[in-house]
Amino acid sequence: MIPISWYLFLSAVLFSIGLFGVLVRRNAIAILLSIELMLNAVNINLVAFWRYGNTVNMAGQVFAIIVFAVAAAEVAVGLSLVYSIYRRRNTVIADELDLMKW
Amino acid sequence: MNFWSDPINTIYESLMLTFTGWGLDGALAQIIIYVLGILILITFAMIIDILLVWVERKVVARFQGRLGPNRIGPFGLFQPIPDVIKLIIKEDTTPANADKLVYNLAPVLSLGSVLFLWAIVPLAINIYGVDLNVALLYMVATGAFGTLSIIMAGWSSNNKYALLGAFRQVAAMISFEIPMVVVLLIPAIITGSLSMQTITNFQTENFWFFLVSPLGALLFLISAIAELGRSPFDLNEGESEIVSGYHIEYSGMKFGLFYAGEMLHAFTFGGLLSVLFFGGWHGPWSSEIPFLGVVYFCAKALFGYWLIMWVKYTVPRIRIDHMLMFNWKFLTPVSFALLIVTALVHPLLRDAGNWIYVPGMFLSNVLVVWVTVEVLRSRSKKDRTVAETVQAVAHH
Amino acid sequence: MDSTQLLFLFSSFLIVSSAVNVVSSKNLIHAALWLISTLFGVAILFAILEAGFLAVVQVVVYIGAIAIMFIFAVMLTRRENLESGSQVNKSWPFALLLVVVIAAAIGSLMLKWDGMNTLPVQIAEGYDSVASLGAALISPDAFVLPFEVASVLLLAALLGSVYVAMNKK
Repeated sequence: MIPISWYLFLSAVLFSIGLFGVLVRRNAIAILLSIELMLNAVNINLVAFWRYGNTVNMAGQVFAIIVFAVAAAEVAVGLSLVYSIYRRRNTVIADELDLMKW
Repeated sequence: MNFWSDPINTIYESLMLTFTGWGLDGALAQIIIYVLGILILITFAMIIDILLVWVERKVVARFQGRLGPNRIGPFGLFQPIPDVIKLIIKEDTTPANADKLVYNLAPVLSLGSVLFLWAIVPLAINIYGVDLNVALLYMVATGAFGTLSIIMAGWSSNNKYALLGAFRQVAAMISFEIPMVVVLLIPAIITGSLSMQTITNFQTENFWFFLVSPLGALLFLISAIAELGRSPFDLNEGESEIVSGYHIEYSGMKFGLFYAGEMLHAFTFGGLLSVLFFGGWHGPWSSEIPFLGVVYFCAKALFGYWLIMWVKYTVPRIRIDHMLMFNWKFLTPVSFALLIVTALVHPLLRDAGNWIYVPGMFLSNVLVVWVTVEVLRSRSKKDRTVAETVQAVAHH
Repeated sequence: MDSTQLLFLFSSFLIVSSAVNVVSSKNLIHAALWLISTLFGVAILFAILEAGFLAVVQVVVYIGAIAIMFIFAVMLTRRENLESGSQVNKSWPFALLLVVVIAAAIGSLMLKWDGMNTLPVQIAEGYDSVASLGAALISPDAFVLPFEVASVLLLAALLGSVYVAMNKK
């Protein structure tokens, strides 16, 4: 029997790793990869709370499915943006996309 | 409990008694027996795989008016043995600048993705790996690993042709997955379950889904052929264009793993076709004697495999844009139309009894086919008149 | 220590070590492959939590579609200098500090909660979570509206990504 704290700590660790990746990676695709890690940390929590709460209420699983859909949409739009930027400016380094900076 | 009517449980219990008799812990003994069961299932699949090498070579020879292997053993039956020995003793090369770990992992994952499938395939009424309640989705999930192994092989080989082949195969697999998933929903709608056991049991008690949804079976077969990357959708290999696609750099047993995986994959999809549309292990006395069920299942799977080979050695390769166009503009809309029609007709006829239900569903399929053919005909007529006008204008 | 706990420890080790590799590996293809192994670990966790449907969907959607899309994107935007240059920006020590502070904050908040040792509830015999998930997704009393909104979102993302990535000539 696993107490719920195991899942919560694991997802906190995974979320922190993903957050670190989002903050420090220079490549825009790597930033998107790290966002996936954070979304998965959220999903672990949602499903764990479903399992440890009332299993007849499917809210946890339904929310996890909606997170899947949002993740898929985010990746599709994000990657097409990255690709479009790459075609125009020939870079995917987030620091170098500084047209709006002054 | 009798060995002939319930072999797996009989063996399980006798092994359990033996192991606990040796003083092993009950849970540990259970794990050991499960591991043994997995090994036996994989060995069974691999033995079939070895026989398939012979079947494939013999059948292609007949299609091409040759004799095929006939030197070793009766009818050349032992031909696979020297084949395998040759593969094992060949030099195992790794291209320079290859990504070693990914390069070596890809063939294992390729065969593994097929062997994963065998966990859910019901071989007989009580001979199966596991009765998963999400088996149909699990089947699609193993396909994801197949896609992954191909892209890993293509990328890590550090070869342009390999990467091109991988791109083509992944494009095909991802797009043909959609009609396949949609068609998988038809047995799910009729039985109300995603479990392969439930689907097969339903067909044993009522009717084979081939009678209810022949178009579904056909669409499943087409998308399975594309998923397998076999002709006419074998652009991933395309010998005349990109030499041999994603496994161009592999040699020896690593190539052998790809080859074995490809062949077993085709056989397994033949088996899945039979499970979903031809009653799986269903046949005379198959419920009483499970081993007969295994025989029926293998025969039906071989029939599906033969269908795939028949198409492979008859139809030439099509162009990549034609293939994607065929999927997105023809196969996907037709499968969605079939799904909608099935979802509408099934609840209407569900309570009417099998004698009305089966012909009604069959007629709904015929209707979908007829509408598709009419739409295609009117479109091609329009295209033809446009072409004729252009020609007439050019003449004047 | 029972077998579920061992499986949990194994998969959490897989998840954390692969996640560290995702954010630290220089080669982006390797990062994407490590992401796949992280996602597979999460799928194992879902299976331990008896959410079989989600475990399989995780593999289908994440490994079969999202990760493959990442690999494609990395290949399409490849430049030789990317793999040799530094992959992290200059302010990474501050980011590390920030992340450690946030992790410590989450951890201390969790330790204050008294439900941390909750054990999983017994699932009733014959309860089919796949069937009830399907019913919940399409029942007007439950989640049909979010479900439909999600499908509209997917459609919008489909059209938007095609429009953004299209080469307008």
